[in-house]
Amino acid sequence: MERFFLDVAHLLAGGLVLTSFMLLYQTRMSSLLVVFALQAFVLTLAVGWQAHVQHAPHLYITAAIALILKAIIIPYALSRVVVRLGIHRSIETVGGISLTMLAGMGCVALSMVVMMKAMAAADPLTREDLAFALSVVLLGMLIMVTRRNAVSQIVGFMSVENGLILAAAGAKGMPLVVEISVAFSVLVAFIVIGVFLFRIRERFDSVELQVLDDYRGERR
Amino acid sequence: MAVSATLAAIAVLLGTATLAIAAHRRPSATALIYGICLAVSLLLLALAGTSLLGRQPAQHLTLPIGLPWLGARFRIDALTAFFQIVINLGAAAASLYALGYGRHEEAPGRVLPFYPVFLAGMNLVLVADDAFTFLVAWEFMSLSSWALVLAHHHDRENARAGYIYILMASFGTFALLLAFGLLAGPSGQYAFGDIRGMTHAGWLEGLVLVLALVGAGSKAGLVPLHVWLPLAHPAAPSHVSALMSGVMTKVAIYGFIRIVFDLLGPPSWWWSLPVLGLASSTAVLGVLYALMQRDLKRLLAYSTVENVGIVFIGLGLALAFMANNMAGPAALAFTAALFHAFNHSLFKSLMFFGAGAVLTATGARDIEKLGGLILRMPQTAFVFLGGVLAISALPPLNGFVSEWLMFQAVLLSPDLPQWGLKLSVPAVGAMLALAAALSAACFVRAFGIAFLGRPRTPEAAKAAEVDTASRASMFVLLALCLIAGVLPGLLIDAIAPTVAGQIGQSMPAQSTIPGWSIVPIAESRSSYNGLLVFIFITVSTLVAIQFIHRFASDALRRAPAWDCGFPNSDPATQYTADSFAQPVRRVFGENVLMARDTVDMPPPGDPRPARLTVTVRDPIWEVAYAPLSSFISYAAEQLNHLQFLTIRRYLSLVFAALIILLLGGAIWS
Repeated sequence: MERFFLDVAHLLAGGLVLTSFMLLYQTRMSSLLVVFALQAFVLTLAVGWQAHVQHAPHLYITAAIALILKAIIIPYALSRVVVRLGIHRSIETVGGISLTMLAGMGCVALSMVVMMKAMAAADPLTREDLAFALSVVLLGMLIMVTRRNAVSQIVGFMSVENGLILAAAGAKGMPLVVEISVAFSVLVAFIVIGVFLFRIRERFDSVELQVLDDYRGERR
Repeated sequence: MAVSATLAAIAVLLGTATLAIAAHRRPSATALIYGICLAVSLLLLALAGTSLLGRQPAQHLTLPIGLPWLGARFRIDALTAFFQIVINLGAAAASLYALGYGRHEEAPGRVLPFYPVFLAGMNLVLVADDAFTFLVAWEFMSLSSWALVLAHHHDRENARAGYIYILMASFGTFALLLAFGLLAGPSGQYAFGDIRGMTHAGWLEGLVLVLALVGAGSKAGLVPLHVWLPLAHPAAPSHVSALMSGVMTKVAIYGFIRIVFDLLGPPSWWWSLPVLGLASSTAVLGVLYALMQRDLKRLLAYSTVENVGIVFIGLGLALAFMANNMAGPAALAFTAALFHAFNHSLFKSLMFFGAGAVLTATGARDIEKLGGLILRMPQTAFVFLGGVLAISALPPLNGFVSEWLMFQAVLLSPDLPQWGLKLSVPAVGAMLALAAALSAACFVRAFGIAFLGRPRTPEAAKAAEVDTASRASMFVLLALCLIAGVLPGLLIDAIAPTVAGQIGQSMPAQSTIPGWSIVPIAESRSSYNGLLVFIFITVSTLVAIQFIHRFASDALRRAPAWDCGFPNSDPATQYTADSFAQPVRRVFGENVLMARDTVDMPPPGDPRPARLTVTVRDPIWEVAYAPLSSFISYAAEQLNHLQFLTIRRYLSLVFAALIILLLGGAIWS
């Protein structure tokens, strides 16, 4: 039975990495947001499963936050913003998709190797769970680096955060998991809803970071 | 008991600082603040004196502040007590002097609050018994003295001095931080008591020694880390200059002794080589620089560099003897070093006070603008002359005794087993002798140009004697110099517990020897009787004066044709400071100091004056510091581009850094 619990946890963490890869190659903004909602949903399942396995009811709160805020509200809000700004048809990526995918694979391999080294003494399942979490973090950063559009960078940032929450929920007995996820959500909510988009919308009529740079008077 | 009383006194000093902030605008504030500082310094002096002379065992106290698992630990042992005496004696003298001198301060609000803090910081360094407290107190001392250096910050030179000082001070603290980190080991035992109990690997001990030399040496002014010292010490008000030069350098020496002699464990013989090498070059270079200076206070600061070198020679010799289990000679060398540190604090404070008095009376620090002050400021001239005799190591004053002891230790070097030491210690002795001789030349020049002859400027001609408090302070110091020189046995016996605490043995008791002589090793080898020398010099001088007055003055004189070498009454015909220094500059300066004389002689018929220009540069600055400084500017210029990247590039940098670190973690096993 123990073995089954761990296998499911493993499966869900692997699913998160898979959705991260899907995020990497999305070329359209609306589909990017849909895939992100899917990732948040998988995260909900993973955290909820951990709550069930570890008998840690407080993790259900984290799962609920992931479901409501990240799988529903934020993707919905972002897609409205995207439609209103008229940028829902395409996103540009920096570098080719195949190159990005290769880099993503490199990131996953790297996190596997690092975790093998760093946690040689731990049991293999925990180790691989952490390796998955680190991969999600690295892939999220890769998304942020390879995109120019502010909305897709926010998606990348939230993906990084998903990886961190996965790691925190997977580590048994880690304190303040709920608080961390709440704090992150508040941060993201602020970035998304508050200052970021409205300011850029008002001032530049665009969410291109290029424009921000132009405003600062710099060259790329 | 003694520890808590000391800490209470330090707290009073800190309270005085806040009082000074509140009250510095009132005219009575100067007297009030310096009065409190004087009283507290005397109290601390008395406390330290009772614990050293009473041979009390080390006392501890732990306060629940600082690092939570460590607390702030304090301890007073014989080493601390000795340096407390040095520091609070200097502090008391400076406070007394400042009762008069401080009245001339144009910006008391910039000096009064920091002065007590500076005293508190120095005392706190001495009583600290864990690395954290030590470093905090050390930095406290550095920052408060930096604030005092910048008291007159409108002067561009002073601002530059402050800048270089804060850089070097941070660098020194950084080195000490690393040294303590290595000493504390992987388990992080920062209490000195724990460090003493540990043993360290050989290479680690060597590294700590180097870091201690860099950290404490940069504060004490060891060449090549001395560059800030001649800029910063003269920039402060004179009583603070005296404290920084005479006293703060002793705190640095204390730090070196605490780390290397106390915490690091039994020495290896090769430790003494870097110490002796640096110390002897410091001694010679310091006095050579001093000889080239025209600014009286800067000259004194360079002479501090020299004296710090002499103290470190003693410490290096002590290390060499200790490593070879020669406790007697080690005790002799260590005693000589401590004795010289004590002496230097006395006569260097005295001379800075004298320079301050001259500055008050004439407004000039350049000795080329002085002259003839012996007639206008006879008492200051008298005490300054006493200081000159002491610092030039002439009997019967105290400078002679400590340098004589140092030479006695050098003469024992043939007994050392290592050839490296057998050959290098006599060379160090030669350097020491050279430094002593050059120092005498340097101070003959300083005294002769400033106080003798005729005034070179109207300001010097109008100079008048300074106030009573300043003079009293100088006379007290001169009296102490004389006592320490005439009765050195008392002092040697007083510091015996300090020496025994670090070396394991002290010099033989001197007070039991009849006739107030001192015998460092054995009667057959050497002995010195300061009292006898003093009486002999006094009596022979008086007899000579009587003789001259009786027979010479009454003799018939004819007016000479050439007017005693002064046919022209213009003061510019006198010897100048530069002309006095010229022989030494020619011999040493051209190679060591890159000194160059340029003569600009107009052709016949051209009415413009001929010019002789002397340039003296600091090769260490040009070789080590200037390239470093230009490299840092260049690197900063290049890195400046990093401030103007796009957001995505910044993210890429973060990502790349993370990937590289993870790769490192993956590859490194």
